[in-house]
Amino acid sequence: MNELGRNLIDIGYIDTLSAGDSPLHRLDPRAKLLTTFLFISAVVSFNKYEVSALVPFFLYPAFLILAGELPARYLAGKLLAVAPFAVLVGIFNPVLDRQILFQLGPVGVSGGWVSFISILTRFALTVSAALALLSVTGMNGICEALARLGVPRPFVVQLLFLNRYLLALTGEAERMSRARSLRSSARKIMDLRIYEQLLGQLLLRTLDRAERVYRAMLCRGFDGRIRVVRFSKIGSRETAFVLCWAGVFAVFRAMNISLVFGNLVMGAMK
Amino acid sequence: MNRPMVEADKLQYSYPDGTAALSGVSFHIAPGESVALVGENGAGKSTLLQHFTGCLFPSGGLLKVAGLLVDRKNLPAVRRAVGMVFQNPDDQLFMPTVFEDVAFGLLNLGVPEAEADAKVLDALKTVGAAHLSGRPPYRLSQGEKRAAAIAGVLAMAPEILVMDEPSSNLDPLSRRRLIALLKTFGHTKIIATHDLDLALELCERTIVIHKGSLTADGPTAEIFRNDALLGKSSLERPPSMRSCQPAAPRAVDPDGTSC
Repeated sequence: MNELGRNLIDIGYIDTLSAGDSPLHRLDPRAKLLTTFLFISAVVSFNKYEVSALVPFFLYPAFLILAGELPARYLAGKLLAVAPFAVLVGIFNPVLDRQILFQLGPVGVSGGWVSFISILTRFALTVSAALALLSVTGMNGICEALARLGVPRPFVVQLLFLNRYLLALTGEAERMSRARSLRSSARKIMDLRIYEQLLGQLLLRTLDRAERVYRAMLCRGFDGRIRVVRFSKIGSRETAFVLCWAGVFAVFRAMNISLVFGNLVMGAMK
Repeated sequence: MNRPMVEADKLQYSYPDGTAALSGVSFHIAPGESVALVGENGAGKSTLLQHFTGCLFPSGGLLKVAGLLVDRKNLPAVRRAVGMVFQNPDDQLFMPTVFEDVAFGLLNLGVPEAEADAKVLDALKTVGAAHLSGRPPYRLSQGEKRAAAIAGVLAMAPEILVMDEPSSNLDPLSRRRLIALLKTFGHTKIIATHDLDLALELCERTIVIHKGSLTADGPTAEIFRNDALLGKSSLERPPSMRSCQPAAPRAVDPDGTSC
């Protein structure tokens, strides 16, 4: 199987994970979505030089992974796969912001480096939480939750189709890539014109496939609304989940737990 | 006399680029009948099938299914009456698990959740796929995908079952299982296929489409004996109907049977 094929299976694997049956999977998707939204809001609300106060927030994605019985290595792999985007966003900070913020022994650490690390930390927190949310809820569950939380239906349907067509697109790309590699012998690098033609063909084939998928959905009564089985109701478990985590995030946001913990340890050592 | 389950009267369809796909096709299908739709590639079989589910509307003539005129007004009722199994099950299966996928159509029909659960399990048992209910569809074999796709349609209890190349990409055993399964269904069945042996086993009647026109309509065995008619549609007599040709003398007949 080529690289694209492996990635396709990978994309589908999140759907497999979302079909699990842990207590976290059974929780109403709205509760998980709302809590993750609060988490992301709290993480991005810190100033650009904050790093230590962000560390305790790793508790939430770690909890999702453990309680949802998710494969941490797989999620870490996905996180690393998209990490270059975060690196690209912050890579110029050390060059542009050279003001020394603090001394680390003899080395002066500039604001640029601190903000770069802060960007990477926020990226790791938000993306791992989003991946874990997707893995314990599934795209259909998330879309249904968004709709029930009042997000306009056209937006929700677009999101749902984006996910569905992403699978169609990767499937077509995998077939085309295999066909190309089988007829290109040992030649690894493609002519730019061939890339252009491949992309054009990919778009047309994906559109064609997407239309067939849509027709199949229409034939089974699809009316723009995705209904999922066993969509739970907001109960005491969901309320407790949201309130507990909201409380934890509020504490993490109000107090620098890392600093408090560090001071305690240092105090004890003295 | 029962009303026909499908009535096509001078049905015409042209694609937006002007290509005529169907030119004045007329036929009736009675309740409970199993009809094979055969013809060369590009003859218009799939275009005709798409009319049954209202994915396409006639450019001329009329089409009625289950007594309903196929038009925009009747679309929900038409789609409730007609269950379509697509050629490629990957186009049809898209929910995270087989169970959820089979439930998709039922929930769209407004069936309450508890009732939908029971119907999903029933449909999966019928196609022998109850053990697949928790599996993600993209991890299934072609035969299993086909069974799940059929279950998704069966669960909706349609009056008419429309299938596009149901045996394509199936290994011989899966194909045999599919034929055995379809034989148990009492629905009105319309099967577009190039697998003439399957048509012979399942359908008492065959309609031949050639370049968008109906060229023959009659008992399957009779039509399949007409080599000239089949040849005109790039088809050939199914292997099971081929008469024994006198074989060259052989020194040893391995299984001891002639022909």
